[in-house]
Amino acid sequence: MTAAQKTQAPDGASKKSPRELLDSPDFKALVKKRWAVSFGLLAVLFVGYYGFILLVATDKEWVSQTVSSAPGAVVTRAIPLGIAAIALAWVLVAFYVWWANGSYDPEVQRLKDQLKH
Amino acid sequence: MPPSTGAAAAAGDVAASTLGTTSMSAVLFFFLIIAITLVITYWAARKTKTSSEYYAAGRSVSALQNGFALAGDYMSAASFLGISGMVALSGYDGMIYATGWLMGWPALMFLVAEPLRNLGKFTFADVVAFRLRQKPVRIAAAIGGILTVLFYTIAQMVGSGHLIELMFGMKYELAETLVGIVMLAYVLFGGMLATTWVQIIKAVLLLCGVTVLTFLTLRQFNFDPTQLYTKVMELYPPPGGDPLQSALAPGALTKSPIEAVSLGLALMFGLLGLPHILMRFYTVPDAKAARKSVLYATGLIGYFYVIIPIVGFGAAVLLKASVVKGGALTALSGRELITHFDKGGNMAAPLLAELLGGQAFLGFIAAVAFATILAVVAGLTLAGASAYSHDIYVSVIKNGRATEEEQVKVAKITTVVFGVIAVALGILFKDENVAFMVGLAFAIAASANFPALLLSVLWKPFTTMGAVWSIVVGAFSSTTMIVLSPTVWEGVFGFQHAIFPYKNPAIFSMSAAFAAGIVVSLLTPEKDAQLKFEDEKLRTYLGVGAE
Repeated sequence: MTAAQKTQAPDGASKKSPRELLDSPDFKALVKKRWAVSFGLLAVLFVGYYGFILLVATDKEWVSQTVSSAPGAVVTRAIPLGIAAIALAWVLVAFYVWWANGSYDPEVQRLKDQLKH
Repeated sequence: MPPSTGAAAAAGDVAASTLGTTSMSAVLFFFLIIAITLVITYWAARKTKTSSEYYAAGRSVSALQNGFALAGDYMSAASFLGISGMVALSGYDGMIYATGWLMGWPALMFLVAEPLRNLGKFTFADVVAFRLRQKPVRIAAAIGGILTVLFYTIAQMVGSGHLIELMFGMKYELAETLVGIVMLAYVLFGGMLATTWVQIIKAVLLLCGVTVLTFLTLRQFNFDPTQLYTKVMELYPPPGGDPLQSALAPGALTKSPIEAVSLGLALMFGLLGLPHILMRFYTVPDAKAARKSVLYATGLIGYFYVIIPIVGFGAAVLLKASVVKGGALTALSGRELITHFDKGGNMAAPLLAELLGGQAFLGFIAAVAFATILAVVAGLTLAGASAYSHDIYVSVIKNGRATEEEQVKVAKITTVVFGVIAVALGILFKDENVAFMVGLAFAIAASANFPALLLSVLWKPFTTMGAVWSIVVGAFSSTTMIVLSPTVWEGVFGFQHAIFPYKNPAIFSMSAAFAAGIVVSLLTPEKDAQLKFEDEKLRTYLGVGAE
């Protein structure tokens, strides 16, 4: 997206028809960005969650060791890992909302304003 | 061994717990919850006249309210009682299971929440069929939706009937009928608005109840979870001192990595195909509110799954009793006491509630469990009714030409029919092992509903025939593989060797559904669908023209 296209937008003379808006590079960039963010975050979720599942499934030895080596320590590595998986899920959702509110929504509004009524 | 205080105080008699008898406090809390929810239903009924009000609460639900309602729809009695029981009996495996239940929410957010809100009206079939030929896609999607809802409902009804029987000592058939009648009152008169408020109330009560239970448990250990874990290791030392067998290490659940990933996939993508969850996104005003409601729901559900294992471990170490066995007094461990009441471990949380909070608290927890069941079944009924009345009756039989009055009338008739079927199936399957049906519902949702939904939103060359075949292949393959799996083939039919080796078919059936959708679409190009795909983009991404 160039600076020229951006400054052109609020001007009433440059209102676009639905077809023009659909074909505009700005709209295409928005759609592309939306799915790039979504699939990027989904990839992180996959690596985090299935990584956790495969780790507890394949390396029981490692996850069954206690977190601290102090005598009498009982908390296994598996326990904080499980809680971390849950925390990861929420953090990813929160990140998406933060991105969408701060970056996606303003762009959606800007493009909607360009639409002829 | 001297018996502890509370529930299991009386030596020689395990049944010293009041569990299974109808206690005053349980009845009191129960009637209080019913009274409040019926008042709300009365209020909601006056605001529910059009089909959009009936199915979607007039799109007036706020993001926070919807977040609680989504959490309420998702946190069933099975997850509250079942996961705490699983942690109590098998330890860390219950925690692995709990994490899986949350992982669908981020995926739901990234892939479908916003497009679903922008493109649909009442059901997920609206979105699948949006740019395709209406009739075939609607019929297929409605069948996928109804199958999911039906299996989920049977599992809920049978599970809940037994739970109520266990906790209140009420007769099974009476419990089923009572659930059916009260739930129908909500849905029939108050539609989605009443159902939403029932979910919100239930979610708040459930979260409060579990929070108090966790607080009371941790208080026994000076608010230091490590002391709780130390006690677990002390009372349930791993056989032979092998750390790999410890209650705090992964066990049988992840024996096969393929099985574990397949279960994870079913739980994750099953959520994206559950009609009663997807339907909630139409109750909020726009995509932004839909997005926020997922954030709230994920926070609430995540919190629930983080604290639930503490309740489970607490039950395993704090509960104890003595029993007369063959003339001698034998001590029972927490695990033995829990299985004495219910082999599946479902009574761990209620027993712990009685021990730590007395009869009144047990009454509260029992009433909350009952309210949970009512709310979940109400949501399912509304989703099942909309799949038939909106997708089949209005869109296929009437070609989309039905008046408002007619639409609401059909919706209400279908609601009653669905409610009666739910009660009948609940009673019919009373003595059957239906635990696999939740897995079946998730497998069908992940394999039949989700691939078609995602491809329709995302993949331009998707066609009508591609959608139909994807749904059919997904539904058929997941059902067949579950029937041939060890769970059903050996566990239900009692055959020797299962034909299909895995309990969770999602990894295969979901791939098959995607493959069918893609291959059939490429073989049957549909120009019209591709043109509409471009046109609908303004609606999908900008919300222009969304209902």
